[in-house]
Amino acid sequence: MSATAIDRRQVAEPRGEEASARTLVTLTIADQLCGVPVLSVRDILGEQPITRIPLAPPEIAGSLNLRGRIVTAIDLRCRLGVPPPPPGTPRMSVVTEQGGDLYALLVDQVSEVMTPPASSFERNPPTLPPAWAEFCSGIYRLDGRLMVELDIGRILALSKEG
Amino acid sequence: MDDLLAEFLTETNENLAELDVALVRLERNPNDGDTLSLIFRLVHTIKGTCGFLGLPRLEKVAHAAENVLGRVRDGVLGVTPDLVSTVLAAIDQIKFIVAGLAASGAEPAGDDGGLIARLDAVSNGRMAGAPVEAAPVAPPSALAMAEPPPPEPVAVVEPPAPPAAVAPAEPARAAADPVPEAPQSAQTIRLGVDVLEELMTLVSELVLTRNQLLQLARTQENAAFSVPLQRLSHITTDLQEGVMKTRMQPIGNAWSKLPRLVRDLTMDLDKRIELVMRGADTELDRQVLELIKDPLTHMVRNSADHGLETPAERRAAGKPETGHITLNAFHEGGHIVIEVGDDGRGLAADKIKSKILSKGLATEAELAGMTDNQIQRFIFRAGFSTAATITAVSGRGVGMDVVKTNVERIGGTIELVSMVGQGTTFTIKIPLTLAIVSALIVEAGGERFAIPQLSVVELVRAGTENAAGAQDGEPVLQMINNTPVLRLRDRLLPLVNLADLLRLGTASAHSNEARRHIVVAQVGASLLGIVVDRVFDTEEIVVKPVAPIMRHVTMFSGNTILGDGSVIMILDPNGIARATGIAGSSDGRGGATLPTTAKLGQRDDRAAMLLFRAGGAEPKVVPLGLVARLEEIAAGQIEAGADQAVTQYRGRLMPLIPMSGELDLTRPSQTVLVFADAERRLGHDRCMGLVVDEIIDVVEDSLLIQLGTNRPGILGKAVVAGKATDVIDTGYWLTRAFADWFDGGGDAGQGNGTRLLIVEDSAFFRQMLEPSLIAAGFDVTSVASAAEALVLAEAGAQFAAIVSDIEMPDMDGIAFVSRLRAGGPWKDLPVIALTGMTSPARIDAGRAAGFTDYVRKFEREALLTSLRQCLTISAEPRLHA
Repeated sequence: MSATAIDRRQVAEPRGEEASARTLVTLTIADQLCGVPVLSVRDILGEQPITRIPLAPPEIAGSLNLRGRIVTAIDLRCRLGVPPPPPGTPRMSVVTEQGGDLYALLVDQVSEVMTPPASSFERNPPTLPPAWAEFCSGIYRLDGRLMVELDIGRILALSKEG
Repeated sequence: MDDLLAEFLTETNENLAELDVALVRLERNPNDGDTLSLIFRLVHTIKGTCGFLGLPRLEKVAHAAENVLGRVRDGVLGVTPDLVSTVLAAIDQIKFIVAGLAASGAEPAGDDGGLIARLDAVSNGRMAGAPVEAAPVAPPSALAMAEPPPPEPVAVVEPPAPPAAVAPAEPARAAADPVPEAPQSAQTIRLGVDVLEELMTLVSELVLTRNQLLQLARTQENAAFSVPLQRLSHITTDLQEGVMKTRMQPIGNAWSKLPRLVRDLTMDLDKRIELVMRGADTELDRQVLELIKDPLTHMVRNSADHGLETPAERRAAGKPETGHITLNAFHEGGHIVIEVGDDGRGLAADKIKSKILSKGLATEAELAGMTDNQIQRFIFRAGFSTAATITAVSGRGVGMDVVKTNVERIGGTIELVSMVGQGTTFTIKIPLTLAIVSALIVEAGGERFAIPQLSVVELVRAGTENAAGAQDGEPVLQMINNTPVLRLRDRLLPLVNLADLLRLGTASAHSNEARRHIVVAQVGASLLGIVVDRVFDTEEIVVKPVAPIMRHVTMFSGNTILGDGSVIMILDPNGIARATGIAGSSDGRGGATLPTTAKLGQRDDRAAMLLFRAGGAEPKVVPLGLVARLEEIAAGQIEAGADQAVTQYRGRLMPLIPMSGELDLTRPSQTVLVFADAERRLGHDRCMGLVVDEIIDVVEDSLLIQLGTNRPGILGKAVVAGKATDVIDTGYWLTRAFADWFDGGGDAGQGNGTRLLIVEDSAFFRQMLEPSLIAAGFDVTSVASAAEALVLAEAGAQFAAIVSDIEMPDMDGIAFVSRLRAGGPWKDLPVIALTGMTSPARIDAGRAAGFTDYVRKFEREALLTSLRQCLTISAEPRLHA
């Protein structure tokens, strides 16, 4: 299994004057750069065999086996209303934990861990599409591109809707 | 008692260890009230338990020590080193006695008089010295002078005290003592349940990893790993079993409160109730035990309150005043079966019906189509309570539905059998453990699923209707308005297609195959066929709960990881039934009823029964043992006489009696049950044919007959294969053919009023035996248990012979006959054993115990022959009482 656990102690350590800045794991969904707080990430997985769960909401891609634990996979493209990738495209997962259960967020690509300066953070522009506005906690202005910070809690709040 | 003692020893050893520490602490800090209370409580506990367990020596020592501590606590005595020493001496003596107890199970012999006297002296003698204690601060030196004498002897006498007790009795014991003490402390330890739970989780993971490894190894040729892997596999299995064992507890633990409960209920309800508990040492997972405890308590309470009648009612019904509630637990496969039964009034279907109607749970038309059992199952519906009046004990409307929900939550099933006037028995079947279950792996729509083995009744491969070359006898899938059903042994089985139900798409390669795999699953009392594409093997799986996001999908009871590392969902057949509208689990409607596999206990009153239809759609049943042959007789061979149709059968004329009353001569052939009288000895080789409409099935089921029908030719109703079924009275039909059938062919009245005693716990067999024996001229008395028979023996009743069942609760036939042979008025009576099992070994055992002869159940002629032989051999004067 190509799981890469991230050493949190190193990454999570806030540095100097950027104590209020957040360290994020960056990922791409349909060419959009996104970030999730590194502290909420347990594992990064490569392409995994995923078992479909019948009758599940469409956002739930299925379940996978992470070292003996069962992880529910959520398709972030579907959750964010982005059309599915061409079949056969390898995808990666960001594993997160909530209430003792593990969830894998299926994304196109996981890139790096970065700590953008807090000053580059901005609230959601009101024109953001509703599907994105619901799950974004804000936007970072990076050099040449924008990064959307995703709110994992809200992404996982599927049960009430289901 | 042994368990109790072991528990006492464990607890006392813990308490003693604590006492040592606490006493030392008290000595250092005499004003520590908390420590003092703790010490007092610990010693008090030891004393109290000793008295309860009947350990006088230990109790006396503890009592004396408690007295001293009591005075200290009351402030009468002060804490001094010598007081503490004396108490410590007492503690040491208690330890010594406890060690002796652990070694031999009894208190070691010895005298503690000296120690007790010293303790008493401390508590009383110091009373006088109390003021001295009260003002010790002022003249310490003077008092110190006055005091040393008592402590001195204490200190000196004390060490010899234990040896003094041992030495005279058994010098060697002193050396042996430390040995038994050590195991005692090591034998049991207490540890938190969470530690065990965690171990269990880890072992579960280990099992999964092991399975994955094995799967990998199977595909690899490299044998270097195979040997260690095999070892790892064995060790893992052993470890799993070991850890499982730590979770196992005897079900008696869940029952421990019931005797008290029943006793209290006896008082409250003014009933006489005896609680019979069998199989209390049957072990099951403590998690399951916890979950089953409350439902069981509730059911016992229900039985006592609703099930059993008052003594007056019981007397009026001709039953013993004392009602019985029977708890029975036993293992069956990977499951544990728990039966809760009473011999009370049973569930009256008509009362339940009116209740159902008044509550609007079903319409009259629906009820009309239901069997009694289906109606009785309504008590499992929410908000249903049968008691007309709500009593303090039960009947709050949170009743059997909660029980059923709890049982189903742990993957169990609950069934009930109830006969009016004879009582109700609930049968709960639950898995031994919840953590690891055996499951069948199937595939549908390209996905694999696990179905818990508990609910799988059988696997069927069925052909489709238009499939060419459907093999003989193969069940056929048929369509009713596009809904598939399966004809399985003349039953219609509702089917659900798993791929359709789970909306998996039908594009799978298997769906168009001529043959389909059907998993027949049990849902409550009903059966449901689940159509799948492929069936793999069974696998031990570790059940993991589904993610909260998925909890609303009730068709899955969990998920698991298979040996190959893939995740699969575990199907919940109850959920599937609900999703498909086969609400069989709640009232038994809609689904096919339970087939031949209905297992209700292990009792021997199960028998093969022939299920058939005659004169109406209702099925009828006759014990297969009574039927000689089944024949299909062509119409051309039947000669309709003036009042009786006959046919030539094996060289004789055989009368044909139509059960429906009239022979339907338009049928090309007639289905005939041939009853033969095998009494060749007398040359009366007669037979008669009972014409029925259709043979349905041969089933094996327990026979509990409900009496009270007035219809000629029908003995009564019994629940056979889950349905109330008429049991035909063969005697009636035989005499229809030959009025003198039972007259023994010239040997009429062979019984000549000879008194016979039948000992048989099954009402059904009593009903079968009595008429034929009475018809043969015997004066028959029957009792339902060996105990009742012994009561008759003591009362001086006289019989010429006894016919006794072998398999009976409480006292079986072997024990019964041994008791008779041991002495008493019935010492030399011929006793004929009736049994369903006639293996040579058993016959020998029976003869050794004193049975005169062995006869298979239902073999009327054999019984009559045997009786005749026994009675001629038996002393003549005893023949007529």
